[in-house]
Amino acid sequence: MQKILNMVAQRLALGLVVLLVVSLIIFLGVELLPGDLAQAMLGQQATEETLIAFRKELRLDLPMHTRYLEWLFNILQGDFGRSLANNREISELIGSRLGNTLFLALFAATIAVPLSLTLGILAAMYRNSYYDRAINIVTLSSISFPEFFIAYILIFIFSINLGWMPSLSNVSADTPLGERLFVSLMPAITLTLVVVAHMMRMTRAAIINLLASPYIEMANLKGLSRARVILKHALPNALAPIINVIVINLAYLIVGVVIVEVVFVYPGLGQLIVDSVQKRDIPVVQACSLIFAATYILLNLTADILSIVTNPRLLHPK
Amino acid sequence: MSKTKELKSLLNQGAVDRRQFMGYAAALGVSTAIATSLYSGSSLAASPKKGGHFKIGMGQGSTTDSLDPATTLHTGTQIVNHAVYNYLTEVNNEGKLVGELAASWDASPDAKTWNLKLQKGVTFHNGKSFGPEDVIASINHHRGKDSKSAAKPIVDPIVDIVADGKDGVKVTLKGGNADFPFLMSDYHLAILPSKDGKIDPMGGIGSGGYILEKFDPGVNISMKRDPNYWKSGKAHFDSAEIIVIADVAARTNALSTGAVMAMDRCDLKTVHLLKRNKNLVVTKNTGTQHYTLPMNAGVAPFDNPDVRLALKYAIDRDKLVETVLRGYGTVGNDHPIGASQMYFNKDLAQRVYDPDKAMFHLKKAGLSSLDVTLSAADAAFAGAVDTAVLYKEHAKKAGINITVNRVPNDGYWSNVWMKDSWSMSYWGGRPTEDWMFSQAYAAGAEWNESFWSNDRFNKILLEARAELDTAKRQEMYGEMQELCHNDGASVIPMYASYVGAQAKNVGQGKVGANWDMDGLRCMERWWLT
Repeated sequence: MQKILNMVAQRLALGLVVLLVVSLIIFLGVELLPGDLAQAMLGQQATEETLIAFRKELRLDLPMHTRYLEWLFNILQGDFGRSLANNREISELIGSRLGNTLFLALFAATIAVPLSLTLGILAAMYRNSYYDRAINIVTLSSISFPEFFIAYILIFIFSINLGWMPSLSNVSADTPLGERLFVSLMPAITLTLVVVAHMMRMTRAAIINLLASPYIEMANLKGLSRARVILKHALPNALAPIINVIVINLAYLIVGVVIVEVVFVYPGLGQLIVDSVQKRDIPVVQACSLIFAATYILLNLTADILSIVTNPRLLHPK
Repeated sequence: MSKTKELKSLLNQGAVDRRQFMGYAAALGVSTAIATSLYSGSSLAASPKKGGHFKIGMGQGSTTDSLDPATTLHTGTQIVNHAVYNYLTEVNNEGKLVGELAASWDASPDAKTWNLKLQKGVTFHNGKSFGPEDVIASINHHRGKDSKSAAKPIVDPIVDIVADGKDGVKVTLKGGNADFPFLMSDYHLAILPSKDGKIDPMGGIGSGGYILEKFDPGVNISMKRDPNYWKSGKAHFDSAEIIVIADVAARTNALSTGAVMAMDRCDLKTVHLLKRNKNLVVTKNTGTQHYTLPMNAGVAPFDNPDVRLALKYAIDRDKLVETVLRGYGTVGNDHPIGASQMYFNKDLAQRVYDPDKAMFHLKKAGLSSLDVTLSAADAAFAGAVDTAVLYKEHAKKAGINITVNRVPNDGYWSNVWMKDSWSMSYWGGRPTEDWMFSQAYAAGAEWNESFWSNDRFNKILLEARAELDTAKRQEMYGEMQELCHNDGASVIPMYASYVGAQAKNVGQGKVGANWDMDGLRCMERWWLT
């Protein structure tokens, strides 16, 4: 137990270093992009004078390192600052959208993970049968189609033709839970179709890999049913790689769903970060990037801990 | 009876007018009394009805939007401005300037001093009474060396603005400007309540027909009607909601499924399919919005007027309107004044595609062929890249080789427009000729995208600005349009209509075309039947 706690502490410390490096890289990246907030906000209507005045008011005329260090100093005190574009409190701005993103990610995960595991296990059990081949073809096709394509097809069938579901998933802070679930169902299904293939095929591969081991042969010889062999003997040992894949996909559900957000008009973090990068609104971009990086770090940590719990040999990598 | 129904639907679409309706109805054997009642039952003659919750899906909107009128950039926030705030003057749906918060005005003979008489009995949403101090503070928000407002160039000529009694404002300008009241209708110059000489630009408090309830930029903006709105006969919805839907397919879906009742910026490639939906009406309004291809007149080969003319003859305008605009627009004549504007030069012949004339002008410039690069991105206008590629084909026949350089949308206005020697651009147009010419064609103007400098043009520009006699102005502006047409360095091939769509139960009167969405005033002008 002590060893695990040590590992967690070490990883968290390393995580903080990663966050610092990420913030620096993102800051430099946005600075390197042509134009700045003043030009992006004023667009075609910019004049030399108004650009200068804009920059002066938002302190954009200060040198890069001053602005970065100031921002860092504020973050360490928990102050995310204000959006340069419209002066809104970033913590408030991100708070509601992060909640929406997490909600959608959780919803999609609740559908996708059990589905992938079930399909993967079944595919492993009946491997090389028509059922196995059919599942593989369907899931690989769905992951190959672009997300917006799947989204549009779903909208076409369920919204326009059948009229069962709304085509807009425009939730707000005061939407009741029931309505929220109903309205987010289509985006969640779209995301599910996109991530199921990866998780399902990893499950299938991990289990099939183990089915050649001697102890499985022993279990078969003992006369256990196929289901029991796979669920109680093979699966627990296959969990480590499966958990890793699930976690990568969960991180994607939080971080990479801009397109689904745009098509369904779902107010999540993806659209926010795209808008902010376009307008070069650096504090918002930084804050979002930190959240995304932290998501990956924490999820990876969770995956490692769970893997170790199921397979203590992983604690001593050789 | 079904023929009568058909007739009614023709009437609703505006295909027959009242006289014709009565005529046809009589031919069908319907008595005059019944015909009249049938006519008044249609929404065309109906007067606005109060009530209902209006939901509209807008294509432009971003999380970086703010309520500050100084930074209002696009239609999404422009319609919010016109719902929540009022302005000194308004361009009505006939294209005429009427007073809004400035009930009337008069000018000194040299058009340098303007006395505005303010509307009485106006209260802001926070209860404050409207007075000259609010006008002064609101305009000053955009003035001054430190102002970051996009409207700074508009208010620059104002030397002084002071109160004139309890309900008057006196404005002194640097130079005479007969169109000064038009300038005050600009969408940045909203009038907000002042406190100690300053306005709160993010407060969202105005004197307009709607009180702002929720402002979630890039997502959702909701408002409810102000029961004490001082303007009678406007603002009919009980409440309204603007949902930002950037993706045009999602916006079209939302309208088709009834999630919103109106949308702007229909996808021209699929709008003919949208028209098939019996519950929707697609509207087209042609105003002053036009697309330009400005060359840098100070850089070779564009500094040679014959080369410029050659390029203007080498473009097939009709084909462009047909293909890129899908017929939703009209051809342009290489000057920025629209056919609906007061001083439009009707006598200027429309330039047509003539590759022979183009070659003739090239020869005059001493060239047998021409190689030029055109920078294009859809950030300039929807279909810009297609336009460039088509132009390339048209120009080939005149011995002109255009290389289309496709550039990214991101940062287009800072890195490409007015930086590359030939690029593409658009203008919403301006209500007055002087405004349009001064912003984009006067020598030394910040947005003189073609860097054009024509002495005669600049001379009469200043004269016409201060000239109060309309006949003389007509002559001067006519000549200026001709100068742009012949000597100018911008190819202006088309005027694009505003194409929007709404549900059948959204009522509109005559729709103004000076800006999109009924002059940006859809919230106070439209109603639900």
